[in-house]
Amino acid sequence: MSNRIILDRKITDDHWRLIETGEAVDANGDIIVPLALWLDQRAQLTARSGRNGVWLAPGDEPRLLAADTGILPLIALRFPQFADGRGYSSARLLRQRYGFAGELRAIGEVLRDQLFYLERVGFNAFAIKPGKSIEDALDGFGDFSDAYQASAMQPAPLYQRRLQSQDQAGLASVAAP
Amino acid sequence: MYRYDKVDQTLVEQRVAQFRDQTRRYFAGELAEEEFRPLRLQNGLYLQRHAPMLRVAIPYGLLAAAQLRKLASIARTYDRGYGHFTTRQNVQFNWPRLEDGPDILAELATVEMHAIQTSGNCVRNTTSDQFAGVAHDEIVDPRPYCELIRQWSTFHPEFAYLPRKFKIAVSSSLEDRAATFVHDIGLHIIRNGVGEIGARVIVGGGLGRTPVIGTVIREFIARAELINYLDAILRVYNRFGRRDNKYKARIKILVRELTPARFAAEVEAEWAHLQGGSALVPDAEFERIESFFTAPAYETLAQADAGFERNKALDRGFARWVAQNTFGHKVPGYAAVTLSLKAPGVPPGDATAGQMEAVADLAERFSFGEVRVSHEQNLILADVRKADLHTVWQEARKADLATSNIGLITNIVCCPGGDFCSLANAKSISVAADIQARFEDLDYEYDLGPIDLNISGCINACGHHHVGHIGILGVDKDGSEWYQVTLGGSQGSNAAIGRIIGRSFAANEIAAAIEKIIDVYVESRHVHNDLSEPLVDTVRRIGLEPFKARVYASPALKVA
Repeated sequence: MSNRIILDRKITDDHWRLIETGEAVDANGDIIVPLALWLDQRAQLTARSGRNGVWLAPGDEPRLLAADTGILPLIALRFPQFADGRGYSSARLLRQRYGFAGELRAIGEVLRDQLFYLERVGFNAFAIKPGKSIEDALDGFGDFSDAYQASAMQPAPLYQRRLQSQDQAGLASVAAP
Repeated sequence: MYRYDKVDQTLVEQRVAQFRDQTRRYFAGELAEEEFRPLRLQNGLYLQRHAPMLRVAIPYGLLAAAQLRKLASIARTYDRGYGHFTTRQNVQFNWPRLEDGPDILAELATVEMHAIQTSGNCVRNTTSDQFAGVAHDEIVDPRPYCELIRQWSTFHPEFAYLPRKFKIAVSSSLEDRAATFVHDIGLHIIRNGVGEIGARVIVGGGLGRTPVIGTVIREFIARAELINYLDAILRVYNRFGRRDNKYKARIKILVRELTPARFAAEVEAEWAHLQGGSALVPDAEFERIESFFTAPAYETLAQADAGFERNKALDRGFARWVAQNTFGHKVPGYAAVTLSLKAPGVPPGDATAGQMEAVADLAERFSFGEVRVSHEQNLILADVRKADLHTVWQEARKADLATSNIGLITNIVCCPGGDFCSLANAKSISVAADIQARFEDLDYEYDLGPIDLNISGCINACGHHHVGHIGILGVDKDGSEWYQVTLGGSQGSNAAIGRIIGRSFAANEIAAAIEKIIDVYVESRHVHNDLSEPLVDTVRRIGLEPFKARVYASPALKVA
């Protein structure tokens, strides 16, 4: 059975299966396993035919995946409640400090009104909470045209870009007759 | 003051559109109550006892006259003709309709204002010294640093869902007028030994259920690294702050549980990764922001003004107002004026639409069109010529804004309390009124000298009762309202938490108890050369016992 998620701002069919803590692992297919399972049974997991992703609970330490960010195609961060903001910092650490370039997926209570923030800390995939319209959620990316801080999409904070545009404006006025 | 550029303006307008759609989806049933709640909170809308309350941000307490007029117009159109200025230099409207929220925010956006992050578990409005830019004891103007922090904290993607609310205060003067030691982060903008500007960083202060004086975790962070360092502190807090119990979720609990030294080490380790990184603030950005806070066109004046001195000599009421309600200005011939929102019988911090307009007029006529809000809930005209003070005083009197009580016992700092707030255990406004009525005699009040009296209607401590020389806290006992008294608290550079004197008082006993405390002070204070020892010093010298003995004494037996 396939679900639909948002990936890179497009609605996409998704075939990854989420393995809950304590749940048995299939021999085949792409699965997202709990961090503890990955750390404990990495060899067995990588011997499977399907691909492996790892999911982290809000309190899980992303540093534990520092050595694996180059090989994992997908890391998911779970939001049991959307108001638990630890995943935002975990996402930043995975992207910026541990160099993870694969699919970073928000799972759990993922809602339209947090997508603006989630995307800016580095998530590019969103499993919208069941029962909520995924089409409607897509609109959540368009609320703001800019932001003050640096982000996953914008490496320079606004104050650095303002200065550049000032410089350009200055040059333009010098060049004008 | 700072003026929005196109990006700033676009962001507040897009915020209005976003919230309008969120409100529509809420009323259409697409957003559940618990999903909508943090969204409306981060747009300043609380649901409280009678109606929603809207808290509007006044960044570091600075207002243009046109903005104050807009607040007056909102008070008339959407509320009951008044607003309440808060201890965080913001303004609250107590009677708007939830449906009107987006329209009010749209009105605010037309004058470069908003209600962004005035509530919710996020970085709140940054507060500062109400005399920033004019204070005689200022090191550097803290407002550009506040504005930098405002922009950094607005829609910060990583810190929108913190364990709990987060408050930052910035000060840069010898006397700390921004209560930096009782904030989640307090910053002192200072110069180091070689004249570079940076910040001393204090964390983990706070009031509320567990009052704590903050700890300095870094003596100096260069200003270019300020944002990186704030990111590091917030990241440590966001990741490790407690989320299991909202009463233990503030950063002060994390700092205490880790110890300040270990917390500081965590921050330093985090900063080591961020240092020199993308959030480095170039000098040119400080210069850009500083260019909005240049000195207004001051006239070259003598320090003394003959007419001013004559009016003081002739008019005792004016002289007293000058003594209590004006503050030394760094430019000769000028003074900063505090317009008291603590007139007898008026809820502390409340201003009618008419008063707001009167203040806007005064600001335009006499103070370069700017107004400040103090964390003691008064309004300030920062740049008045001494020659104009008498006229300002007369005009302020017409608007009931000239009560000469700044720094005195009736300048009560007070939250909205049980009359409005759904969190409150007890009313606070009526207690303030009872106390003000007992000290209405101006000569007596003046003789009592500096007394900070703070009232909070519940342990959330919006009235900052812990740092009042006299603090009053509303508590609930078996469904009725009681009041606990603390003595010996203080704000400023020597911030201290007051100590509880004993069992709490019923609503009809509290004002009498305060009067007895004052009696003990008057009898016990040292007087040298007409100079009286202030209340807080007397309390520290003689301890709580003499006060307890008086307020808890059994009534004398009547002998027939």
